[in-house]
Formats: sequence, structure tokens, C-alpha cells
Amino acid sequence: MKKLFAALAMAATMGLASGPAHAAEAAPIPEHTWQFEGVFGTFNRASAQRGLQVYNQVCSSCHGMKYVAFRTLSDLGYSEEQVEAIAAQYTVTDGPNEEGEMYQRPAEPTDNFPSPYDNKQAAKNANNGAYPPDLSAITNARPGGPEYLRALLIGYEDPPADANMAPGQYWNKYMPGHKIAMPQLLVDGAVSYQDGTKATAEQMAHDVTTFLHWASNPHMEERKRMGLKVILFLIVLTGLLYAVQRKIWADVKK
Amino acid sequence: MASDYQTPYKGVLGWLDDRLPVINFADQHLRFYPTPKNLTYAWNFGSLAGIALVIMIVTGIVLAMHYTPHTDYAFASIQKIMRDVNYGWLLRYIHMNGASFFFIVVYIHIFRGLYYGSYKQPREVLWGLGVIILLLMMATAFMGYTLPWGQMSFWGATVITNLFSAVPVFGDEITRWLWGGFAVGNPTLQRFFSLHYLMPFMIVGAVLLHLVALHRYGSNNPTGIEPKGKQDQVPFHPYYTVKDLFGLGVFLIALSLFTFYAPNYLGHADNYIPADPLVTPAHIVPEWYFLPFYAILRAIPDKLGGVVAMFASVLVLFVLPWLDRSRVRSGKYRPIFKQFYWLLVLDVLVLGYVGAMPAGGIWVPIGRVATAYYFAYFLVILPLLGVFERPKPLPNSISDPVLKGGGQPAGAAAKPMEKA
Repeated sequence: MKKLFAALAMAATMGLASGPAHAAEAAPIPEHTWQFEGVFGTFNRASAQRGLQVYNQVCSSCHGMKYVAFRTLSDLGYSEEQVEAIAAQYTVTDGPNEEGEMYQRPAEPTDNFPSPYDNKQAAKNANNGAYPPDLSAITNARPGGPEYLRALLIGYEDPPADANMAPGQYWNKYMPGHKIAMPQLLVDGAVSYQDGTKATAEQMAHDVTTFLHWASNPHMEERKRMGLKVILFLIVLTGLLYAVQRKIWADVKK
Repeated sequence: MASDYQTPYKGVLGWLDDRLPVINFADQHLRFYPTPKNLTYAWNFGSLAGIALVIMIVTGIVLAMHYTPHTDYAFASIQKIMRDVNYGWLLRYIHMNGASFFFIVVYIHIFRGLYYGSYKQPREVLWGLGVIILLLMMATAFMGYTLPWGQMSFWGATVITNLFSAVPVFGDEITRWLWGGFAVGNPTLQRFFSLHYLMPFMIVGAVLLHLVALHRYGSNNPTGIEPKGKQDQVPFHPYYTVKDLFGLGVFLIALSLFTFYAPNYLGHADNYIPADPLVTPAHIVPEWYFLPFYAILRAIPDKLGGVVAMFASVLVLFVLPWLDRSRVRSGKYRPIFKQFYWLLVLDVLVLGYVGAMPAGGIWVPIGRVATAYYFAYFLVILPLLGVFERPKPLPNSISDPVLKGGGQPAGAAAKPMEKA
């Protein structure tokens, strides 16, 4: 379905929109099947919840998600209490209080996911000069979207012998330029899933990408449902208008 | 002066129209307005462009209620719109994709005019107003793309405003004046927001003038021959209102496919990364609708030359009515013109493709040849064709497209084109 739309899009824009993919040196991104693809696509709740667990236990030590509010997690099937419990795992800075001091408190559902570093400089300083990007809109912010992200997370290889690797650099076949400052964190068993699913690297990459694609596009399901209704309505309306047009024009001599 | 106006209506309507004769005006221009009966679907795109403008203004006004034009908050306010504002995602996706569709519709509208000679006497001013609308649209779209303050917003604005530094002597002064500082920054963003809100209403004004000019001589038509009376025309309503509505339906289906199922397909992923003046994206590429112009800019090895060529590629349209010397209006009856015309269409598509490619290798010579043809079409081919081309015989009238007795020789047939 995605291909069909890509083809439609190409035809509609006369092929003009197809820019350069990105740095040609990176390996082609493998295809992957997602439940959120297509006209009827939805986020797999179980997978997204496992993905949140991966984010909580692995990603969040370096990456923030500052535009995503805890309260929106209820979209993924969490109860109010569960959302509160998830939020409470994080600490946020609030204030100033009546003494004029900023203070730390556990996060509440109305808070957004906090960023692990106070600012960009601190983040770079702690990570060998590389900035771990905020993940709020990450699948929209990379060409290739979720496919790219999933591939990247498991795309680590030993660098070729002639590669000139600086300390703190790793070799990833899907990263443009191949050198990446993030080490391979998703290794088999890196988390132990609460629902008992076997936490292979592939499984975790799939789950956390599903979660981050939801975080980037929280209204996707509503958008697709509405789109279907709107387009079906428009097709019927346009058909009727065509019939009316034929009838009105019937008496005009060519 | 107009005191001798007699309203044709009775009762309350007559009372109102006698004091405010807009009802009669609307009747004359939207209802009874005589229109050539042979307009094809190629003539749908004018009204579609008008509707696209309205869609953009309505969604834009609501978006502006939630947007913050400040470098520290712009990106975050867009995220807020996408996540927390009721149907904010829908408004923004319609506005984003609506811009692309506005350009698609307008480009088809322009190429229709180019094929059927709609720019020719007596419609030169109508055409020129159209070119002004195009220029305003381009400025509006460029500034609008800056507002989300993503990476492509920032670097696109930097590249385009830097073009003005190519102006001799005053270049740097002009660029600083545009920026409101020494680089693209908060003053730039705020003025772009202000102008992005203003310019659509300037477009509305230009559109109204475009319509006044249109209704002076009426629509051109596929034969390029002016209607010779009632038998060649139909009232605008219901004939063209229903046809335009049908076209609108098709347009909305296409827009909906993108808005709901591929909302970011026409954009750049980089614009979901907040602007960072210290990190340059690998490729700075404008939105697809600017790619042909971007290719022309890069085709000239000299910076000033490139800027001049890019602006000239649009400005040349202003003088087109005087460059095309052929007395036959419609491309239908111009066998040689037709071939050059379709080559121009292909040429602009090639330019668009080259504009998206990195500036190097094979794309440089291709871009140069395509740029050369673009200008040759207007500056050399059209003037020469007017002299050397032998047009096909023209029909006697719109209602009589089949030639009787061999028709008229082309020279004589050129006469019907003169206004009656």
C-alpha cells in the first residue's frame, strides 16, 4: 500500500519530488513490515508498550523526548494509574517555589518526557562531542523513517581495516558516512520484557521503532480513519457531480 | 453618474439591489456571464487555484492562532499544533500539502495559457497580472517554509537571502537589511511571519484584478477564436459552476490522499530537526515547486549571473505577449509550435529533476542545456516561429470547427483573432 501511494505521489508530482535519497554511501535500507503501514494501519499496542520499555531502560539515558507528554501514553492502552507510574519513574525540574528555588519532583502525567541533559552543550560534552538527538519526531526527521531507524539500531558491524575510527566512534552500515557515536545498545537480552517476549536485538529494534513512530505521529490512527471517510465521501460526491454535469451539458451542441 | 441604474429585481431583493447593486453584479459575472461553450478540463485550473488560495488562507489564519514566531519557540509551537491543538495536525497537513497543490494547479494553469496562446492580445494585462500572482505566491511560499524553523527552513532562508548579496555594490547592505541583523535570525523569522500573513491578501487583490481583466474579453478557448455570438457561448451558471465543482471534487480527492496518507511525502525530513546554525544539512534543497528555478540558478557558473537568470526565468513571462509574433492564438493550429511547446514542458520537468540532484557530474551540463532551451523557447523560438511557421487553417467559429470548402488560408484566418 505504501508503494502504491509512493507511486501515486510520484505520478501526481510528475516525478519532481524525488530528491536525492541521502548520502549514497550508506547501504540500502532493508524492507520491513509494520502493523502501522497502509490505509488501515494501527499501532500494535503490545509492541509499542514493549518499545516504551526499551526507551525507558536504554534510550532515555541519552535521548530526550521533550514534546511528548506522559498523558498521551494512554493512547497506547495504558490505564491512568499505569501512566502515573511510568511518569513517576522520571524526575523533572519544577519551580520556582515560594522560596524562589527550583526543585526536583517526580514527573506527573501532564509533564513531558524530560531531557537527560540540561542543554545541548552538556549533552555533547557527555557524549564525545556528538549530540544525541531528541526523539520526539525522530521517524519524521530521517529520510527512510521507521525503516531507517530500525535498520540503524541493528546495523552495527566491525569497521573495515582501512577505516580511520576515532575513539567513541562505531561502524554502522546504514548511517550516512558509516561512523556513528552511539554504540550498539540493542544486544540480545538488553532488557527483559515484562510480557515475556524474547528480547532479541531484532525484536527490540522493531518494538522501540514502533513506539517512536507513534511518538512522532500520535494522531496517525485518527488521521487514517478520517482520511478513509473523507475520501470515500469525496468519491461519491464527485461521481454525483459528474452525473449532474453530464445532464446539464446534454443540451449543449458541440 | 450611475443614478440611471434600474434594478431588474422586485421586492426586498430589488430594494437592496437598488441601494447596493452587488446582486446584479454577481448575476452578471457569476450567473449569466457568457462563456465559450468549448472549454476543456484544462480550463478548470483557474477556479481551482482560487479555491486553493481560500483553503490556504483559512487554514493559515487558524494556524497563526497557535504559532509562535520566535526562534526559541517556533519549532515547539509547531509540535504543539501537531500534538495538542484539536485537529492541529489536520490543519497543518492541509496547509503544507495545500501549498504544493496550489503550485501544481497554478503551473498547469500557466502551461494551459502557454499552449492556447491565452497571453495574446487583448489579454496581455490579464496574463501579466497572472505573472504577478505567481511572483507573490513564490515569495509567500518561501517565507512560509521558513516558519517551522527546522533545518531546511533555516538553511533555505539562508541560501535564498544570500542571493541578494550578489547585487553589485549594495549586496551586503541589502542582505543585512533583509535579515534585520548579520545572519538569518529572530528578526528575519518575525518579518517573514508578518509578510507571510500579508502577502496572501495581496494575492487576493491581484486575483480580483485578474478577474476584472478576464471578464473584459472573456475566457480564451481551445480554438483561440473569439466567440461570434450566442451560439458559441453558454451562461457560466449552471454549465461551468457544475464543471468547476466536479473538478474541485477530483482536486480534493488528490489533496486528501496526500494529507491523510502521505502528509510528509512532499516535504523534507530535515525540517523535523530544529534549526541549527552550526550544522549544515548534507543537501540544501528547496521545495519541489522551486526546483526548476533552483536548477536555472545553479546552471550559471557566476553567482550574479545565476540570480539574474533565475529572476529572468519568471520575468520573461511578462514580455511573452510581445515575443510570440504568431497571429494564430491556439497551439492546436500551429504544428511546429506544438513540438517546441511539448519540448518546453519536458524541459521544465528535466530542470526540476536537475534541481533536486547534487550540483555536480552529469547534472551540470544537463542543467545548462535545459536552461538554454528554456530561454531560447521564449527569446528565439517563439519570435522566429511567428515569422516562419505556416499555421493550419482555422475554423470559421467555435460552433463550426469543421472546415467547409477547405477553410480559410492561415493569413486571412488570423483576422478572427482580432477582437470583434
